[in-house]
Amino acid sequence: MKITFPHMGNSWIAFKTLVEGIGHQAVLPPPPTKRTLDLGVKYAPEFACFPFKVLLGTYLEALELGADTIISSGGVGPCRAGYYTQLQARILREQLGYDVRVITFEPPRGHLLQTYRILRELVKVSFPQFAAAAWLAWQKLLALDALERESHRVRPLELDKGTTSRVLSEGIKAIDKAESVREVKQVTADFLERFRQIPKDSGYQPLKVGVIGEIYVVLEPFVNFDVVETLGHMGVYVDRSIFLTNWVTENAFFDALRLQAERSAKKAARPYLPELVGGHGQTSVGETVLYAKRGFDGVVQLAPFTCIPEIVAKSILPRVSKDLDIPVLSLTLDEQTGKAGVTTRLEAFVDLLRMRRNRLALTRGETA
Amino acid sequence: MNAYLGVDVGSVSTNFVLIDEQEQVLADLYIRTQGQPIQAIQKGLRMLEKEVPPSLTIKGAGATGSARQLTGVILGADIVKNEITAHAVAAMHCIPDVQTVIEIGGQDSKMIIIRDGVVVDFAMNTVCSAGTGSFLDHQADRLGIPIEEFGALALKSEHPVRIAGRCSVFAESDMIHKQQMGHSLPDIIAGLCEALVRNYLNNVGHGKPILPPIAFQGGVAANPGIRHAFEKELGTPVIVPEHFAVMGALGMALLAKENAARGRKTSFRGFGASELEFSTRSFECKGCPNHCEIVEIRQDKVVLARWGDRCRKWQDITSTEAAS
Repeated sequence: MKITFPHMGNSWIAFKTLVEGIGHQAVLPPPPTKRTLDLGVKYAPEFACFPFKVLLGTYLEALELGADTIISSGGVGPCRAGYYTQLQARILREQLGYDVRVITFEPPRGHLLQTYRILRELVKVSFPQFAAAAWLAWQKLLALDALERESHRVRPLELDKGTTSRVLSEGIKAIDKAESVREVKQVTADFLERFRQIPKDSGYQPLKVGVIGEIYVVLEPFVNFDVVETLGHMGVYVDRSIFLTNWVTENAFFDALRLQAERSAKKAARPYLPELVGGHGQTSVGETVLYAKRGFDGVVQLAPFTCIPEIVAKSILPRVSKDLDIPVLSLTLDEQTGKAGVTTRLEAFVDLLRMRRNRLALTRGETA
Repeated sequence: MNAYLGVDVGSVSTNFVLIDEQEQVLADLYIRTQGQPIQAIQKGLRMLEKEVPPSLTIKGAGATGSARQLTGVILGADIVKNEITAHAVAAMHCIPDVQTVIEIGGQDSKMIIIRDGVVVDFAMNTVCSAGTGSFLDHQADRLGIPIEEFGALALKSEHPVRIAGRCSVFAESDMIHKQQMGHSLPDIIAGLCEALVRNYLNNVGHGKPILPPIAFQGGVAANPGIRHAFEKELGTPVIVPEHFAVMGALGMALLAKENAARGRKTSFRGFGASELEFSTRSFECKGCPNHCEIVEIRQDKVVLARWGDRCRKWQDITSTEAAS
């Protein structure tokens, strides 16, 4: 089979390793561009959310490259995205006449048998070979997240703007090329060292901002207008609430084993939103509470236009913001959003946070 | 005499403010951008130069507005800031204890919440620009009333009619319908003002604690009909500062002064910038499927700046690859 999958940040590297490791050809989804978006918008229902449109465009581009099978994941809870893969499959097959197979992995909980069946059909290699491929893919995912995390820390401190982003993109390429777990670990160590060697303004105390929201718009820089990098270049340390590795650990492993995983974000959200509202609505609220408690300067919420879980979160966040004294900027993203508008709001938000920090320092100085 | 210049180049108007060392406004100017920001800036500089004594030395210049990046290059600005910060700075200068700023401009509207002299929250219209200056312009034009008299007419109304204000296009059809039903013009215009204020408060002001003193600024603050509708809806007076139409520029002049006070020498090109030959061109980068539209600003043959690329590969202005 020629298998493709959604493009989400740098995760394609791990998916590629896994697909090739189980004996198939991987058709790399091209990174989303304006063309991807145009394709998606053309064939998607107008009121579908932004991720739906970009993903549909991505699939179309991957089909052009020869893919015959799409593997995607289902959603969690009452979020329309859980149903979206079926809809995308119908658009591709019935409306556009593609002979394509679409396989959806639901979170294993409650779907264990189904997951097993799909795996048994897909995996063309022996179990040890499958386990080795999965382990290598997982190690690559961990390595990618480690480098990205470090880039968020280094970027606001770099003296020569753009160095961090350049080192990061070299590191990503090196992880892609690595062929064994040992090599992945070596590359990770090498690049962490290179980050350490970037000349930095060590006396500078960057503002700390948490980024929350729906997983796809948080992870894919094209759809969030490079919000993480933009903030980094404004001298802000960004903590992204979602990394694919923690998401997989929480939603696949813990949930599958029915561990009473009292995930702290969900627990923190409880006074404000005790219900699971689907998608990442509840965690968005909880993460904001946690960022406030960790002493962050502010939070940026990324919400796809018409995303119900994030709309619910957005209407609750002003209360969290007031109670815990943490500024929140909500950005609604869709194909109509302009980069200029996003940048203006981010600039103003960073100004707000700077003034606020100076005032807090001043009042603290007075009372001391 | 020393002075500081602030320039705000927006979608509809281009505004200039010059202040002295005492932060008093020496001159202000409001002209239409008409889609040609460079020409508007140069025209404004020429007009301003005639108004001020030749002994004036500009010690600092600042730029804001949707064309702030371009303006910064043409002007040689020392400081380039977003509109929200610029408006907040100006509002706090005019009304030191201000807590809420309502700003309605040509194509966007914003609300800024200030407590104890610090911006604590803000919102900008996102998906809709109903109720901004361009729409009022269009309606005044359609009714054949000069925009300057539009608002005053609303004050003559005794029974404002209810207009659907959620969407400009529907508001227009509703107005036409009310006209055809025989309602008087003042009642319709007053109804429109109320609808737009409702729309603004629902969209931009949603969930924000709107406390007095409230500053109302931006071009639309010239409209007494809207001002009155705000006071009626909020139940408290709104203050329109003297330089309401050029507050963004005033904010930048103040920030330029603050910047200069830190001992930085200005890079302002001088009023002579109005005579320089600037040209812009844009091209599509074919480096990847993003096909970013790159804008390039040149003075004569020299590239001054480029932007529009997601990957920043064109930011290096010494690169000549662009010429191809």
